[in-house]
Amino acid sequence: MSALNIKKGSTSHSAYDLRDHNATVIESHTLAVIVENEPGVLARVIGLFAGRGYNIDSLTVAEVDHTGHRSRITIVTSGTPAVIDQIEAQLGRLVAVYEVHDLTAEGPCVQRELALFKVAGKGDARIEALRLAEIFRANVVDSTLESFVFEITGTPEKIDAFADLMRPLGLRELARTGVAALSRGA
Amino acid sequence: MTKQMTGAKMVVQALKDQGVDVVFGYPGGAVLPIYDEIFQQNDIRHILVRHEQGAVHMAEGYARSTGKPGVVLVTSGPGATNAVTGLVDALMDSIPLVVLTGQVPTFMIGTDGFQEADTVGITRPCTKHNWLVKDTAKLSETIHQAFHVATSGRPGPVLIDIPKDVQFAQADYTPMEKARVQHYQPRKTGDAEQIARLVEMMEQAERPVFYTGGGVINSGPRASALLRELVAATDFPITSTLMGLGSYPASGKNWLGMLGMHGLYEANLAMHGCDLMINVGARFDDRITGRVKDFSPHSRKAHIDIDPSSINKVIRVDVPIVGDVTLVLEEVLRQWKARGSKTNKAGLTKWWKQIAEWRAVDCLSFKNSEKTIKPQHALQRLEALTKGMDRYITTEVGQHQMWAAQFLGFEDPNRWMTSGGLGTMGYGLPASIGVQIAHPDALVINVAGEASWLMNMQEMGTAMQFRAPVKQFILNNERLGMVRQWQELLHGERYSHSWSDALPDFVKLAEAFGCKGIKCQDPKDLDDAIMEMIRYDGPVIFDCLVEKHENCFPMIPSGKPHNEMLLGEADTQGVIGAKGAVLV
Repeated sequence: MSALNIKKGSTSHSAYDLRDHNATVIESHTLAVIVENEPGVLARVIGLFAGRGYNIDSLTVAEVDHTGHRSRITIVTSGTPAVIDQIEAQLGRLVAVYEVHDLTAEGPCVQRELALFKVAGKGDARIEALRLAEIFRANVVDSTLESFVFEITGTPEKIDAFADLMRPLGLRELARTGVAALSRGA
Repeated sequence: MTKQMTGAKMVVQALKDQGVDVVFGYPGGAVLPIYDEIFQQNDIRHILVRHEQGAVHMAEGYARSTGKPGVVLVTSGPGATNAVTGLVDALMDSIPLVVLTGQVPTFMIGTDGFQEADTVGITRPCTKHNWLVKDTAKLSETIHQAFHVATSGRPGPVLIDIPKDVQFAQADYTPMEKARVQHYQPRKTGDAEQIARLVEMMEQAERPVFYTGGGVINSGPRASALLRELVAATDFPITSTLMGLGSYPASGKNWLGMLGMHGLYEANLAMHGCDLMINVGARFDDRITGRVKDFSPHSRKAHIDIDPSSINKVIRVDVPIVGDVTLVLEEVLRQWKARGSKTNKAGLTKWWKQIAEWRAVDCLSFKNSEKTIKPQHALQRLEALTKGMDRYITTEVGQHQMWAAQFLGFEDPNRWMTSGGLGTMGYGLPASIGVQIAHPDALVINVAGEASWLMNMQEMGTAMQFRAPVKQFILNNERLGMVRQWQELLHGERYSHSWSDALPDFVKLAEAFGCKGIKCQDPKDLDDAIMEMIRYDGPVIFDCLVEKHENCFPMIPSGKPHNEMLLGEADTQGVIGAKGAVLV
């Protein structure tokens, strides 16, 4: 977890005051939200975003502490600095939320996404797809004489780039997990 | 020692342990086991309402006037959905409520059973938190947690959905002190460094103003006492939102009156012209700020709020202080005194001189009439005749509400119950009953408009049944007055559906309910009629026929800043542009 120990209700926790709050530039932020894994908790978080008009660019969720019943929700969102602050504060006041971390603001973080690509083709296209998959360190997890399913892990940008390359080579279907992220360092 | 009992018994036991003396509710199939338990005890009084919305508003009136959480018990499906408006009302105004709803048995959930609704789904954005309890063993702990959540931090409504089989099943009772509440502990003490910055600004400020809100009242009577002490010691002027009226006495010499869209001229101009704004438990609501871009352009702003999300939500502030008003004000006073209790005396003298000029405008003046009762006059007389009495006021929503806020004076907190954030017509009558149940010997008056009042008038039956002698003071202009005013100012005087036709005869209506009806339309009879209302031992419906086309001033039109206020009819021609008309 992040070096910054964020307490609920604290306003002096972030380096936000160094940023220009009147900025209208849209930033992309990755938030890690640690929640009580109770029924409806995901609906609470999603409902907050929908009800207050915030964006969700990607979202992943799974229980990460089975004894403590805690789930980690990773949300990639976008907005002006003021909106991002407000999202963090609104999430923080949900009763089922233990911690909110703005990984983008707190320092460097590692972001990974897993994707599965179904690419169908014959001849040169098929060979080219396989060659590119090797360059991208994608694994073949299913193959027929006419298709491959590639498994690829990386940043969202890397997956976007791979998708752009696969499209002319017979990309049929694409499944992405959304981003999982952790801050760098201890 | 733990005790085995049914879920239904647990509900009653947990409520008793939480010190609940009154429950507002309405029975139905899915809560019958709980009602059976209520029948077999005498510690908790049950007030049978006529509609579930009424139950929630009653609980709100009870909570606002006592500082204790209000408790509601309704059935599944329509019982729960009828309660939704009240839940949102309480959420917007930060009123602590614990609402218990029945649910179809767990094995029927999801089958579209009779009177089944997805209550926790529907009420998730309408509550501070809610629970569906599927296991009797968890029920009593959940109820204790619910009380904790409703009353901790920024208060709000919570809901517990209890399936019928969970009410019948047996399990161990978890006593209050064993319930786990550790994970929800909002921060209460303000950051000492930020408070120090505020104190420093207070010492230097030439044109300071306290802008206070409902948070002062929610923080408890001690917060009001500290606020009074701080205002007296610094001699700073003070204004308040609609929700905060009474935290500082209306008779206090530093009182500027309410601010906002229909606030006083001196209050709004002080906000616009100040160099230090100290927001204590208010939230920069759009009724307060007007055009955000031009809101108080020359001031540094401090914001004391227990909810971190209130800070910088609408207005960027210079000194954010997250904490409970009582604890923060204590620390502000302590630090300010420790540094020598300094203020900028020369600046303040000039500031008060400026304020005196604004006060001299006499923005609440109106043209009185000898022929028809002006609503402002009716409220002035009500104020004069009830001042000094043990008085509680509730209101509905609209012009009468704003006039009541302008013309009635509140000397103490918890004496003024009105729907602020949500603006719920139909709030006042049930709220007045809730207040009266909590304060049986007090004078409880609902200042109403006839249109709002009709929205929940069925609750007169509740008032009669439970001998709540509430006074319904209806300013009857046979119009939806505020809607009519906006249509006059913004929509070319096209009065689309803003009149009340086919109104009931309120005196006969009162008789039908078995209470007293009084009708008054001559200003000469007004005082006697009001005294008759006050003296009558029982509920009264007072039909006060007032001027039909009176507008509520002052008014900051939508989309305008504070210094572009309208003071009267003469100012209204063509002032609100198309941009303003888009806003509400």
